[in-house]
Amino acid sequence: MMRMRARLLVLQVLVLALLVVLAGRLWQVQVVRGQEFVQRATETRTRTVLVPAVRGQILDASGRPLVRNKTALVVSVDRTRLARTPDGGAGVLAKLSKVLGRPVQDLQRRITPCAPKVPKPCWTGSPYQPVPLDEKVSTREALQILERQEEFPGVTAEVHSVREYPGGRAGAQMLGYLQPVTEAELEKREGLKASFSGVDLAGRDGLEYVYDDELRGKSGLRRVQVDRMGKALGVEEQTAPVAGDTIVTSIDSRVQAVVEKALAHAMKAQPSADGAAGVVLDVRTGRVVALASAPGYDPAIWAGGISARGYQWLLSDKSGKPLVSRAINGQFAPGSTFKISSVSAMLRAGYPLNGTYDCPGSYMVGDRAFNNFRGQGLGTMSLHTALVKSCDTIFYRAAYEQYLKDGGRNPKKHPKEIFANTARAFGFGKPTGIDLPGESSGRIPDRAWKKDLWARTSAISCKRSRTGYPEEKDAARAAFLKRLALENCTEGFLLRPGDSANFSIGQGDVLVTPVQLARAYMALVGDGRLRSPRIAWAQVRPDGTVVKTFDVPVVGKLPLSEKERLYIKGALSDVASDGTAAGAFAGFPMDRVRVGGKTGTAEVWGKKDTSWFASFAPTDHPQFVVVVMVSQGGMGAETAAPAVREIYEGIYGIKGPAALPGGRPVSRLPRFAPDGTVIRE
Amino acid sequence: MIDRAVTLRRPSLVRRAMGTDSIVRRFDGLMLVAVLGLSVLGTLLVWSSTRTWAPGATGLVKKHLLNQVIGVILCMVVASVDHRAMRAYAPLVFLVSLAGLGLVITPLGATINGSHSWILLGGGFAVQPSEFAKVGLLLIIAMLLAQPAEGSDRPRNLDVVLALVAACVTMGLVMLQPDLGTALVLAVITAGGLVISGVRKRWIILLATVAGAGIFAVFHFQMLEPYQIARFTAFLDPSVDPRGVGYNSTQSLIAIGSGQLLGKGLLGGGQTTGRFVPEQHTDFIFTVAGEEFGFVGSLAVVVLLGVVLLRALKIARECEDRFGTLVAGTIVCWLAFQAFVNIGMTIGIMPITGLPLPFVSYGGTSTFANLIAVGLLQAIRVRRRVFD
Repeated sequence: MMRMRARLLVLQVLVLALLVVLAGRLWQVQVVRGQEFVQRATETRTRTVLVPAVRGQILDASGRPLVRNKTALVVSVDRTRLARTPDGGAGVLAKLSKVLGRPVQDLQRRITPCAPKVPKPCWTGSPYQPVPLDEKVSTREALQILERQEEFPGVTAEVHSVREYPGGRAGAQMLGYLQPVTEAELEKREGLKASFSGVDLAGRDGLEYVYDDELRGKSGLRRVQVDRMGKALGVEEQTAPVAGDTIVTSIDSRVQAVVEKALAHAMKAQPSADGAAGVVLDVRTGRVVALASAPGYDPAIWAGGISARGYQWLLSDKSGKPLVSRAINGQFAPGSTFKISSVSAMLRAGYPLNGTYDCPGSYMVGDRAFNNFRGQGLGTMSLHTALVKSCDTIFYRAAYEQYLKDGGRNPKKHPKEIFANTARAFGFGKPTGIDLPGESSGRIPDRAWKKDLWARTSAISCKRSRTGYPEEKDAARAAFLKRLALENCTEGFLLRPGDSANFSIGQGDVLVTPVQLARAYMALVGDGRLRSPRIAWAQVRPDGTVVKTFDVPVVGKLPLSEKERLYIKGALSDVASDGTAAGAFAGFPMDRVRVGGKTGTAEVWGKKDTSWFASFAPTDHPQFVVVVMVSQGGMGAETAAPAVREIYEGIYGIKGPAALPGGRPVSRLPRFAPDGTVIRE
Repeated sequence: MIDRAVTLRRPSLVRRAMGTDSIVRRFDGLMLVAVLGLSVLGTLLVWSSTRTWAPGATGLVKKHLLNQVIGVILCMVVASVDHRAMRAYAPLVFLVSLAGLGLVITPLGATINGSHSWILLGGGFAVQPSEFAKVGLLLIIAMLLAQPAEGSDRPRNLDVVLALVAACVTMGLVMLQPDLGTALVLAVITAGGLVISGVRKRWIILLATVAGAGIFAVFHFQMLEPYQIARFTAFLDPSVDPRGVGYNSTQSLIAIGSGQLLGKGLLGGGQTTGRFVPEQHTDFIFTVAGEEFGFVGSLAVVVLLGVVLLRALKIARECEDRFGTLVAGTIVCWLAFQAFVNIGMTIGIMPITGLPLPFVSYGGTSTFANLIAVGLLQAIRVRRRVFD
């Protein structure tokens, strides 16, 4: 028994030791590290769900919605709950695909978090946030899901607000679209990280992008206590979302519709046309009344997440790249519409305003003859007539003379480059600063640009000048290309005499966007000041109080005296009645609304001409500037000018009801009721 | 004289129970208080952890209480039997428990919660013969090793071998279910019995070597189920797969740790209410104590278990016959091991094993087995003197 007692003693020591170990570990876990586990418990026990704020509307000048919200039943999937089902959610998705009538692979893709090698459409939001799968479900479909929750764990159908576009395709590129926020965007917008929820969509283009902060509002927060299966047990904490502000624009949806229609007609009338843009500016305020680009698309395509095919279609050549706004991104040679800059350059170079100029059929620039349009000589004339009849040789001559003054092929150290610099003063060559993202700057091909281009391309040109173009089937074309390559290789850095002549009539390498041209004309026929056009007019709180109005900044001044400016304006005033656009405006009641402007026909190598018409009305006290550009549209007078005429007819109600009665744009902000609705007057 | 007549009436049951010579007086009251405390705590914890989902909210608590009442009756019955007489019944008890284990393998056996260790009795009741096997095995081992060799205080080698055979058969049947946790308890009971009985150190070394080789073989030849290996890996590093196998240990640590010093109060545990810890009314019941009663409460559980164990050790020491000492000693080994592994796994110092916490966890058969063990201890204490 002694031995047993001794061994029992050992056992007793062992038992005591185990008890002490347990007590010690408990002390460590509960008392020493307790706070840490309290925190982790809160993390596991609660789910923070961000409640997205209702996004603000975008209204036109009289308060008509351009973009509004509608409530829609949205089916979302909670990935974490899906993952806990035995088959990882495959069964649920299969059932869901039947209800929604969408392929199961598509659903699977949509809920997969985005990563470098994950194909689109993937989920860009937080992994804990339910992923919206379908924003267009019917009540019946939603009920099928809600009534059989046991068959659809982790799937919910809730009422959300989604974007709606009452104007359909009108101004789609200008309005922009929403997409889920990407990681990269979150990083970039450091300060806003807190206000983003995983389900929040962010503006990706157009006004939705530029005024994203104003429109978005602040998402609310709901901390829900959940059980292990993610079932909500109760709400621990709640902050209500703050709805986003409304953006009132100066766009007039009626005029916008008129412009869209005119562009569509122009495109139809010219089967070769592959794109068009229309800009209507309010000369007195510098605000945008309409901004359109064709071809367009229905922005409803973005709702519920765009499919990969849909996105490709928006960017494809086949569809004409409807996502791209030709109004701010279409860069084309302006043709004769550019002469307002060239005539100003002549004045700055010292050519007299009231002098007479010879307009021969052709003019020798260096060793090459540059012809007037159709080679016709028009005799001596004033600058006024030169603009009305669109004489080219006068400008060739002036540009060549200035080119020689700058030293010609052996330029002076600081060439004046009057034509290029005047063009810059008209705002060409840099973005207008309109409140839209990704605006193109156009191009002023001066001596520096030439040098820069040569530095980038000379290696290829020189190689091609030796190897030629064996892949080119047409022998004559191949020979021409080879000659061009040799020329570019050996003296591509030089501004050639022909370049300066082409520039003066808006041909060659010079490129402008429709918006640039419109605001140059606006400055010319307005007060001589160059403005940065604005689409947004005011930011209004959901309760109707105006937070702020957006000013139209003045960014420059035309290099013209008042007398010179009015002279040019006067010349342009005769174009539609007596000049190049007289045909297009035949029968237009000029006594009611006198329209002035300038046609432009720009040659594009290998393509049909770009058709332009830059206009303003009424001529004595201009209210509107209207610019239409039709890519591959042919002559300015043939395609663009009739489209502009159609726009004026719509605005003033020549043939039907007036879009803007009295030809006056809305001058007062719409009034809002305290609930944020517009008071109709 | 007539009026001084003596009436010979037997005193009432209560009076007899309270009398100076009553066996009730000789019970170890402290141990009973500790067991009662653990049972009451267990009932509260079962209620807290099952009220959100059990039928009628209190369905499982009622069943648990019924189990405890049955267990107390079994305890009393066992306590009233002379343990020395029990020595004679040991082989029978052992064989019956083996038969129970055998039944599990037959089509009568049922699988509950992934473990094929049940026999359904109907009416919603089921027994787990492996729990009774613990009692059966410890009795047969104590019986075999209680008889010392001639002129020695060590058991005979033949008895040692027989004890090992009995242990191997029982463990083999349990492993067929398979129930690794119970098999380990049986191994501890066997090892405890051998050590306490005073076998030579060479036996101990030999068995330890064999056990070591066995463990090595199990790992080397991958005889464990993948989930068992995963549990072990998760024990070594719970962060390996916090949502998978490491989930249980991570969640139970969070539940216990978040209880801090004083706990969140009964029914106040969010982790418990949210059922983040699995099996929280059975194997993981300690997490409920940790979360809702805090360090104070969980320490109380440890202390109460310690009281039971130390009193049992006292009974073992004070018992004057080898059989009683052996029975009491192996019970200590059993309960100590089971309690340590159970609590240890919830606080991350032991791998996850499916063992209930003695006296606290929900579970009929284990409650019966634990209370039968208490009955045995009391029986031994009552008749600790050889000539009682």
